[in-house]
This record gives sequence, structure tokens and C-alpha cells, in this order.
Amino acid sequence: MKVLVAVKRVVDYNVKVRAKADGSDVDLNNVKMSINPFCEIAVEEAVRLKEAGVATEVIAVSIGDKACQEQIRTALALGADRGIQVETDGPVEPLVVAKLLKGVVEKEEPQLVILGKQSIDGDNNQTGQMLGALAGMAQGTFASEVKVDGDQVQVTREVDGGLQTVSLKLPAIVTTDLRLNEPRYASLPNIMKAKKKQLDVYSPADLGVEVKQHLTLVKVEPPAERQAGIKVESVDELVDKLKNEAKVI
Amino acid sequence: MGTLVVAEHDNATLNPATLNAVAAAQALGADIDILVAGNGCAAVGEAAAKVPGVGKVLVADNAAYDHALAENTSLLVAELAAGYDNVVAAATTSGKNVMPRVAALLDVAQISDIISVEAADTFKRPIYAGNVIATVQTADAKKVITVRATAFDPVAAEGGSAAVEAVDAVHDAGVSSFVGEELAQSDRPELTAAPVVISGGRGMQNGDNFKLLDGIADKLGAAIGASRAAVDAGFVPNDMQVGQTGKIVAPELYIAVGISGAIQHLAGMKDSKVIVAINKDEDAPIFQVADYGLVADLFEALPELEGKL
Repeated sequence: MKVLVAVKRVVDYNVKVRAKADGSDVDLNNVKMSINPFCEIAVEEAVRLKEAGVATEVIAVSIGDKACQEQIRTALALGADRGIQVETDGPVEPLVVAKLLKGVVEKEEPQLVILGKQSIDGDNNQTGQMLGALAGMAQGTFASEVKVDGDQVQVTREVDGGLQTVSLKLPAIVTTDLRLNEPRYASLPNIMKAKKKQLDVYSPADLGVEVKQHLTLVKVEPPAERQAGIKVESVDELVDKLKNEAKVI
Repeated sequence: MGTLVVAEHDNATLNPATLNAVAAAQALGADIDILVAGNGCAAVGEAAAKVPGVGKVLVADNAAYDHALAENTSLLVAELAAGYDNVVAAATTSGKNVMPRVAALLDVAQISDIISVEAADTFKRPIYAGNVIATVQTADAKKVITVRATAFDPVAAEGGSAAVEAVDAVHDAGVSSFVGEELAQSDRPELTAAPVVISGGRGMQNGDNFKLLDGIADKLGAAIGASRAAVDAGFVPNDMQVGQTGKIVAPELYIAVGISGAIQHLAGMKDSKVIVAINKDEDAPIFQVADYGLVADLFEALPELEGKL
């Protein structure tokens, strides 16, 4: 079966992002960009399915300007077979991403679509679920275990109280949580090989999707600062402060 | 037309995060109804009817809505949304699972994890792991919103007497089914609802050492959490993770042990009333947000603290 895996180009997770002085947006000048960590877990899971003989082909798709081809190449170096870029002018909203992915799903007809549960820039946690609704597919979000069994996939999900397991009819959607797997590092030979792998570029029009903006970013600002308190010298002083000053114990 | 709040529950009790979502709905200014979709969930409908300020409670009681399967529940919510301006749910794992499907079915954007309502169409929400707060305005007439529960004080659970109405619509997409669940068995309070939370980080060194937190948690009636670093290192399961990609908590007292204070973690706990940090590195960023900081080796400080409580 074919597996489609979506990857997003985001600010590297080690970068501390700040608001621009005029509050118009975040300052992304000259910062390191990487594949979204949850998407990396998605690629790893797809590649493992292929190594286990469950998947026959892994296709990595990304949506954005030309720069996101770098993240597609990363996915190809990790083991994806070919790539698709849907070219847009910069970032688009999750609903539009979901519509574009639905277009790719219609072209490629994968049995499984694996995405990160959220991207670490917008922190929206929407795209996989939206794609599920648009494509009429079942979803296993926040997955910590994925088991394909015939025409079903069993997904164990990280939920607030613990774990929940659901059974989904294929084709289905999986969004990854942290514990699903530990992504491998790409080897140098694989990075070189990835450069030669097929990468197709589509426009939103090719997929019959109109790129529409629903949300306007009014401003960005740093979060409210919390005042630093005091340092206590001993456990005794700490217990005393909590009892008599803060009165929380 | 009003606001529909999608209740979270387990067919027996109303999850308190729903009361925070109702508080956010009040800030939107419109009339509020609550939807209880489940299987054998009449008791939850009655509980929701007692929430003050609610017009009516819609109860959709059918096997298709058991365990809030997203495929089925989203079809129901999207249908009912025709009669409302806003659809609101708490940004719990259940709300996050269901609501984006609702938004997509309605062809509108979802505004995720809001921390304030600035106007009926304008909201604040944290982005970039909480490094930045964005103010966003939506052009959609119908709004689908998830609410960061800790940012809104809950409304009272009792005092109202809303009418309860049965909803007969049954939507079964027939593509998903519930297999089982493994809920953490603990005598301790649930992390997001606990009055006291004690969390361990990478400084705990291994999973076994988390036992050092047990005695203190027992004495304080606390829930035990962890930083993402501790989860990544495999010390403890992910359901203990406090942070932007884990659970958001705001207890009366938060004790961070061996946690350096990455912004990812701070985003999940900085609304706590009192923060205590215990760390041997006096320059750890956690001390910048702690009300009381103790620079100490946690392996000495924890047993001593347990003894003195």
C-alpha cells in the first residue's frame, strides 16, 4: 500500500522565536529552518512501515514556497521514495493545507496518510483532522502506536487520561505524538541519493483548490512576563514560606 | 444565534474543563447552549443543565457518539452548528480531535487554544511553543474555537436550570470504532485538575528516581508531571508531560524539580499561582519564573522536603 506523509518547514525547535519590534509578526530573519519534529516522526513511521513490508511506497508532500523542497529532500534522505511540493506563496492556513492535501490524496490514492499532530510554529493541531473530514477518512490522532491489519489500522492514541485504541477502516489518517518512534538520522549516502529522487511540483490550481485567507494576524507580542521571586536558602525556609507566606500548603 | 459549547464527559460526569469553555463562551457575549453527545449520557445532560447561564442542553444519546469518536461526533456538531454563530470546546485531547473536523465540514478556519476573547471575532492564542502571543481576527461568519481551559476561570457547576432537549440525529460514518482504553490508574488527582502539581525533569536522571516525588505528592495531594525532556528520555510516559505540546496546568502550587525551564515547559505551567523550583543549577531559567527557588541537589532536597511536610 501507498503511504503519504506530510512534512512542514518550520523554525528549528532550538531557535527562540521573538516578536518583531513593531509587533507585526515574528522575526524569522536568518533563523535556522528544519523539518517540523512531529513530521519527522511521521516520516520515520512511514519508512518503518515500508521496511516491515506493509507499505510499498512512501511519498513525502510539503506545501509552501520553493524553500520547502529542502524538507522534502530531508524526508527523502530518511527513506521516502519520492516527493511532491505544492507551491504556494509562503505559508497557508491549515484548512487550505488540508484542501491541498486532499487534492494530492485524490491523485495518489494512498491507504494511509501520516502527519504530525501539530507544527511547532502555528501550534494549531488541525490539519490531519481537517483532511480527515474533507476526504471522509477516519483518523487516529496523537498516535503512540500504529498497527496495520488487512483493511484496518489500529491506532493507540495519547489522550488526557492515558491511552485509547481505535480501529480505523483504510484509507485512514494518522497524526503522530512524541512517543510513536525515535526518528533516525539520515546517512550521508542517503542524503546524496535523495537529491536524485523524483520530486513533482503542483500548483493549487492543478489540484483545483482556491487559496483563501480566513484569518488575519492582527499583532504578535511576547507573553506576559512572570515576576521572578526569591531564592530560599534551605528546605526549612521553603516549607515556611509555602505555609506562612504563600499559604498554599 | 448564540454559542454552542460541546461538553466533554465520560457518559457519567461532566469534565470540569467544560466549565472553562463555558466561561470563554460567555466572553463571546451570545446566548449559550451546551451539547452533550454520548452513549447513556443522561446524567451528564442533567449536570450540564445546572450550569448557570445556559439556555438549553442538547442531549444526543446514541451508541454512535460513544467515546466521542471524531468521525461521528463531528458530523453531528457540524449539523447543529447551522443554528449557531460559534461552536466552542475545551482544547482537551478530545476537543482537539473533534473540532477541526467540524471546522473543515463548515469550511471555516478553527481558532485553536484561545487564551482570551478580544472581540467577537478577535482572539489571542499562544504560538511558537508559547514564545509569542498572537492576536488573530477571523473573517468567517461562523466560528469554531477551542479554549485553553487554564486561561478562563470556570463558571459555577451549580445554580442553573436549563431545559434539556433530546437530539435525535444519528450520524455514524461507519469508518472507526473504539477498541479499548488504558487510563492511568492512580489515586492521585488528574494532572490538569490537581490543586498541586509536582513535576520532574531531566535532572531526575531516570524513571526510578521519579519515586522520590511520590511521598511528597501523597502528602500534598498532588499530581505528578514531567517535562518534555524527561518524557523524551523515556523516564516517564507522555501522558505526564506538562508543556505546550503536552498538558497545560495551572494549579495553586507547582513544584518543578530538576527542570531547567525550557519555554516549551513554561508555556504549560506559568499560569500556576505559586511556582517552586528546585534545581542545582542556579542559572536555570526556571528560577526566572519561580516564586520560590531552591538551589540544591534534588536527591538531598526531596527526601528532606518529604520529611518536613
